[in-house]
Amino acid sequence: MNAADLAPSYDLVVIGGGPAGLAAAALAARAGVQTVLFDENPDVGGQIYRGITGTAVGDRAILGDDYWAGAALVTEVKASGATIVNGATVWSLDPTLLVGVSIAGQARLLQAKRVIVATGSLERPFPVAGWTLPGVMTAGAAQTALKAQGLVPSGRTVMAGAGPLLWLLAAQLLRAGARIEAILDTAPRVNWLRAAMHLPDFALSPYWSKGLALLREVKAKVPIIRVGSVAAEGKDKLAEVVFGTSAGERRMKADLLLLHQGVVPNVNLALAAGVSHRWNARQLCFEPVVDEDFATSVPGIAVAGDGAGIAGGTAAAERGRIAAIAAVRALEPGAPLPPVQAIRQKLAREETGRAFLDMLYQPAPEFRRPVGDTIVCRCEEVTAKQVRDTADLGCEGPNQMKAFLRCGMGPCQGRLCGLTVTELIAEQRKSTPAEVGYYRLRPPVKPITLAELASLPISESERKAVER
Amino acid sequence: MFKRLGDTGTAVTLEVDGQPIRARTGDTVAAAMLAAGLDHCRTTPVTGAPRAPYCLMGVCFDCLVTIDGVGSRQGCLVPVREGMTVETQLGKREAGR
Repeated sequence: MNAADLAPSYDLVVIGGGPAGLAAAALAARAGVQTVLFDENPDVGGQIYRGITGTAVGDRAILGDDYWAGAALVTEVKASGATIVNGATVWSLDPTLLVGVSIAGQARLLQAKRVIVATGSLERPFPVAGWTLPGVMTAGAAQTALKAQGLVPSGRTVMAGAGPLLWLLAAQLLRAGARIEAILDTAPRVNWLRAAMHLPDFALSPYWSKGLALLREVKAKVPIIRVGSVAAEGKDKLAEVVFGTSAGERRMKADLLLLHQGVVPNVNLALAAGVSHRWNARQLCFEPVVDEDFATSVPGIAVAGDGAGIAGGTAAAERGRIAAIAAVRALEPGAPLPPVQAIRQKLAREETGRAFLDMLYQPAPEFRRPVGDTIVCRCEEVTAKQVRDTADLGCEGPNQMKAFLRCGMGPCQGRLCGLTVTELIAEQRKSTPAEVGYYRLRPPVKPITLAELASLPISESERKAVER
Repeated sequence: MFKRLGDTGTAVTLEVDGQPIRARTGDTVAAAMLAAGLDHCRTTPVTGAPRAPYCLMGVCFDCLVTIDGVGSRQGCLVPVREGMTVETQLGKREAGR
């Protein structure tokens, strides 16, 4: 679909084609609401179901049953009557529910009556020395390359970090025939003590037995090394991974280092729309303040899925449905709807045990708050020392820090440094992340060209207002 | 760094810095560059350091390349097309380019 084919307004605009967005759009469209779903990737599925409609991974055992479960969501949405637009970048959303979107270089501003932001999560920054070198990627990136293109690491591969995704990816890569030299486990042992109280809940969740099986599968084939530090070294690309163990520093030659320490909500669009956020002390990230229907502080805007706080892909779909039911009730009172209580119960089951995972894999302070010349802001190449020194000079928050150092002002708009900068300032100033706050984000939340802006249709009165 | 599990889609040839590279439909520009074993896709504006795709999901902007004459496109979000012209980007300002 081209920008010119879009209607000037939609009853419901869903942003993001992962589980939350797909489930929301399917439910709303089926209930008779005029619904459009925008997703910037070439195809739907989001990151968790990336490539679900045409993955290059033919052997279903490689990606596993939980991945293939995503196909049902795609079938559901395609049969629902929702308009689905891929390759569509939403660069603006404001409190009047005006949505700025670009498709193939053509931009449009559309009026929505309700918006469901389903922009999901991104991997938490993992600022270690050398993390900008070619040859260092996120674990999620390797998983995307596997799902979407069937690419498998072929050289010496080392993985480092903590979190369920790290273990899942290791298992998938091994099944796909990759060799993993080592997994450097950065989860502090002390996490077990804090996680233990949540173990009974987790033992009841479906992730308990799945998780154990995954760990067994990986540990049978890959050496797991507990580390207190990780660094990537090399001149123009990765050559060696250097890590600290209880027996001292070790080095390992590597072609690819895959980093991962959990995922955090992708807050850029919701923040730019003026949605109130708060610090989540357990998940160590900012998340939007939402009610039980995932409505935010901005009337008409809901945030569903992992964007509303990390709970995983299946929970994301249930959250999308709940947000969609609220939207349908507002837009088409009386439309037939599935019982929301049953969906809430499913969601509660999915969220059971999350606290255990959050505590078990909570990244250690030294992997969240780097020191010295380690780069914090990848875009503007700002180091940890610069941020710390500037905080010591009296800089109180991330927005002032931009003026001093340009951190967060590059093309990624703070996505890869925001949490690190907030935590560093909080540490230096003996404050808290909640006090320090986050970058102020403004549209466009994705870079667009002047030509795209110029492609916006203008009315005669708008033209007369600026022409002499 | 990466190999293909199998050949899916159909073959596509694109040009990266004047050199033909073979890709498959279903590849993004960034994935095609990784599969072709290219070292990096841009250099940074501050120190001129080389960068390669990092997140492959549209958030890190390390895979910025010039595609068919338009600069700073996110290579990980653009599907390959037969005859596409890709240029790696030099981050530091270059007079006359």
